[in-house]
Amino acid sequence: MAHDLGFWTLQALNALQLSMLLFLLSIGLTVIFGLMHFVNLAHGSLYALGAYFAASLAAVGGYWTGFFLAPVAVAGVGILLYSGLIKRMRKSGSMAQVLVTFGLIFALLDLTRIFWGDLALAIEVPALLDGRLGFLGVEYPTYRLFIIALGLAIFGALAFVLGRTQIGAMIRAGVDNDAMAACLGINVERLFFIVFCVGCALAGLAGAVAAPLLSVTPDMGLQILIPTLIVIVIGGLGSLKGAIAGSLIYGFVQTFGAVLAPQLASVLIYALLAAVLVIKPVGLFPAKG
Amino acid sequence: MLELSAVQSGYGETQVLYGLSLEAKQGRVLAILGRNGAGKSTTLKTIMGLLPLKSGEIVFDGKPIASRPFDVAKSGIAYVPETRDIFPSLTVRENLEIAAKRFGAAGSGWTMARVLELFPRLGERLDNGGTQLSGGEQQMLAIARALLMNPRLLILDEPTEGLAPIIVKLIHDKLNELKTEGLSMIIVEQNFGFATSLADDVVVVGRGQVVWTGSAEEIRADQAAQHTWLGV
Repeated sequence: MAHDLGFWTLQALNALQLSMLLFLLSIGLTVIFGLMHFVNLAHGSLYALGAYFAASLAAVGGYWTGFFLAPVAVAGVGILLYSGLIKRMRKSGSMAQVLVTFGLIFALLDLTRIFWGDLALAIEVPALLDGRLGFLGVEYPTYRLFIIALGLAIFGALAFVLGRTQIGAMIRAGVDNDAMAACLGINVERLFFIVFCVGCALAGLAGAVAAPLLSVTPDMGLQILIPTLIVIVIGGLGSLKGAIAGSLIYGFVQTFGAVLAPQLASVLIYALLAAVLVIKPVGLFPAKG
Repeated sequence: MLELSAVQSGYGETQVLYGLSLEAKQGRVLAILGRNGAGKSTTLKTIMGLLPLKSGEIVFDGKPIASRPFDVAKSGIAYVPETRDIFPSLTVRENLEIAAKRFGAAGSGWTMARVLELFPRLGERLDNGGTQLSGGEQQMLAIARALLMNPRLLILDEPTEGLAPIIVKLIHDKLNELKTEGLSMIIVEQNFGFATSLADDVVVVGRGQVVWTGSAEEIRADQAAQHTWLGV
């Protein structure tokens, strides 16, 4: 098995697919944190909501309705959260933010239970992406390839927006030094709102694309939270490079760890996390500010 | 153009300004002098909305000044902080452009081409990262960036700090050019010669209040005030 090239390709694709899912989640969280030093632990709950919205919408209008509308709906929840809670808590310090958004996890968890019940929901993979595709000599589920492609496309789009556009430069400036950015007449608060909504939409998108792979359960947000936090701690806060690097490291360590050293797999990533914290506490590619 | 009356401000619980009053006049350069910890930088940060105004009043062009830095900037005040605060993730060009594009050609007509004419060194380094610049170049970039906002009032905090004498001279000459063009400025400075040769008006701050007011010539002549408040 271990000498079979196809096996390694397969595991690499699995790792990549997990990485891309984590990337969609961590990029929003890390930029929100980098830009406004706001800790939103409920980010994972938005991912769960994305999956639920996608499941409900898919039941009515098919997979693609869920795929396109779930991120919009989650961004809508993000707007409510922002105007109702987060805007007021911007200056309350990280401990208060952690406690409130941690509480929010349980509030949203129970809300999903009330609306959708405790039973796991399932979504069908859309017909277009059903089946398997020959790729680098292995047969791989088309839908998982789609997730990889989607993650890479979003990474490319974000790299373009953050690196090459005016609004991207403003976001980087805000992450570097929000007070100075404001002194140059940049409306950092509005920028934060936009970034927050985009981050929520991406979390919703991650939930929507993950839904056909996993069963949709109320606690899926809680399960993804720790990996997402590990990704941004390893990658470094506030940067796109950090989010993609952290996601790839997590995806590959987790996937290959499970295959090569199953008894160590659950410890491996935490050991790596500890090593990063000891050797480079700011993470591998933190924003420079 | 900018008037501070009985301003009280500080960092958190620590009060620094105890009823500070001063006036910066249109088309003139005001130097704020004083020893370390006197409250000079705190005054500028309070004007910019970076520190909360606890009591007193700040009036800019006849209206109470905004409380958020973003609104203060939009009302026409540009700020060059002591730490220069060049954005490290942005190239020199981007550092300039985020200021330039927002305030466009309005105001006094500063464009990218004009600031590069003022500081040709920046033109050679447009694609460098903001922090790859020397201290002097960072100061030029911070001033250029502020000018691109086409401000009506430019405030500078310790523009010569940590710079080589030759760069201090260059910054002096450039600021003098801006003064000749009629740009209103407030300069906080430790370098007595630099400040008094640029300024029209001078206030000396001591223990959070203005302790001396007059013209640049007067402070140069007033040995007693220099000795008491500046330790010159």
